[in-house]
Amino acid sequence: MIEVRQLKKSFGVQPILNDVSFRIENGESVAIIGRSGGGKSVLLKHIIGLLQPDAGEVLIDGENIVGMNERQLLRVRRKFGMVFQGAALFDSMSVAENVAFSLRRHERLTEGEIAKRVAGALAMVDLPGTEKKNPAELSGGMRKRVGLARAIIYEPQIVLYDEPTTGLDPIVSDSIDKLIIRVRDQLKVTCIVVTHDMRSARRVGNHVLMLHEKKIYANCSPEALFASQDAVIRQFVDGVADAKENIF
Amino acid sequence: MNFLAGTWLGEWLVGLGRISALARDAIASCLTFKASRRDLLYQIYFIGVKSQSVVLVTGAFTGMVLTAQTYFQFHKIKMDTATLAVVGVSMCDELGPVLTALMVSGRVGAAIAAEIGTMRVTEQIDALRTLATHPVDYLVVPRLLAGIITVPLLTMESIVIGILSGYLVGTQLLGIDPTYLYYDMMQYMNDVDVVFGLVKSIVYGGIIALIGCYKGLSCNVGAEGVGRATTEAVVYASITILITNFFLTLFLQRIYILMS
Repeated sequence: MIEVRQLKKSFGVQPILNDVSFRIENGESVAIIGRSGGGKSVLLKHIIGLLQPDAGEVLIDGENIVGMNERQLLRVRRKFGMVFQGAALFDSMSVAENVAFSLRRHERLTEGEIAKRVAGALAMVDLPGTEKKNPAELSGGMRKRVGLARAIIYEPQIVLYDEPTTGLDPIVSDSIDKLIIRVRDQLKVTCIVVTHDMRSARRVGNHVLMLHEKKIYANCSPEALFASQDAVIRQFVDGVADAKENIF
Repeated sequence: MNFLAGTWLGEWLVGLGRISALARDAIASCLTFKASRRDLLYQIYFIGVKSQSVVLVTGAFTGMVLTAQTYFQFHKIKMDTATLAVVGVSMCDELGPVLTALMVSGRVGAAIAAEIGTMRVTEQIDALRTLATHPVDYLVVPRLLAGIITVPLLTMESIVIGILSGYLVGTQLLGIDPTYLYYDMMQYMNDVDVVFGLVKSIVYGGIIALIGCYKGLSCNVGAEGVGRATTEAVVYASITILITNFFLTLFLQRIYILMS
């Protein structure tokens, strides 16, 4: 269970999150939506302890991770897998070495066992036989799949996705969405997907959190969100820019 | 201390504090053997084996020019055979350790800062952290240990090749008597000169790796940030080596006097 209480974060004088609170139960699939630059990725990084807030608490299975040092956080992070927006693959390693990274660091397995687990993870993300390729040889969608294989190989309880479909064409985006759903259903993990792709949010989330003006503006089901008549929600869902607003 | 915020001195003190904290974390991690042996061996290969050509050329030509210059002065007072003694002491105490460290800092310090800096701006360091791996254990410790192990070895290589080159220039080019040249060198050189050089090079190996890693880990986002981190890693490591060399020389001399 993940609980965020009254989280506040500023970068310099620029406030990013202000009094953000929510709770995610085990096995839930949550989409965090909001405008670009609205603090979605910052919020995600607080959940896994990559950033420390100015105030507030982040509880993972009842344990407050705010104020923990980097070594204490390593223990908590074993519960998580994270897929980065740009995949963040280690470019000096092959696909197999990327996927096997955490197994080599944290588990005592033979090379044969590691190879078997890597092949299994790559098959799950529909990339069998790519073990020897380098990240530079892969397309954007393939890199995100490898990132997902690396995140799920050690069977975490929670998988975080930072804008998994950004920069991909609609067909590849659709396949990534299906993959997220397949991973969620097969591994029974809690999923948190940060996105501004409403179609993706509707498909992968059974719950939606909408960040607006540095706060959680909506916390509801995708159906309720799409049916809402609230002006702010409608503007985001319909993707309509206000003519008076300086969007850049 | 708020009055220092944003000033050059304030920034410098913050940087000093951060690099000290990084050194503390790295030493603590070394003591608990968290680094992978495979990563350590690769870094030893990268820093040690790959730097040999640069270090050998530097050592050889430094020994040669030092021999020639010393000979030109000593010849005036008929002390030709003492030439290699001066070259030997200079190479062991100062030139060998310092020039080797400066050359390695140019090649390796820059590469470490660029590699880690690129990892930082492409979120690879965040990815490491999400995979429950401490960046200090995975990135800093193997480089720090490899620096401490390989820079003394490279220094010894540089000293040996410098003295050997000086001997060849002295005997073959300048016509100094080989027997007396060798005899005088052995008479005026002490074991402690070699030990001083070794101790200094261990410290310099640590400085190069630590500053390279620190600059990479703290670099600003973007290509410009990586470029600046790379330049600063070389400049700061070189300056730190030269300043440390002065104080280390005085410190080691004092220790030697107290012990003898």
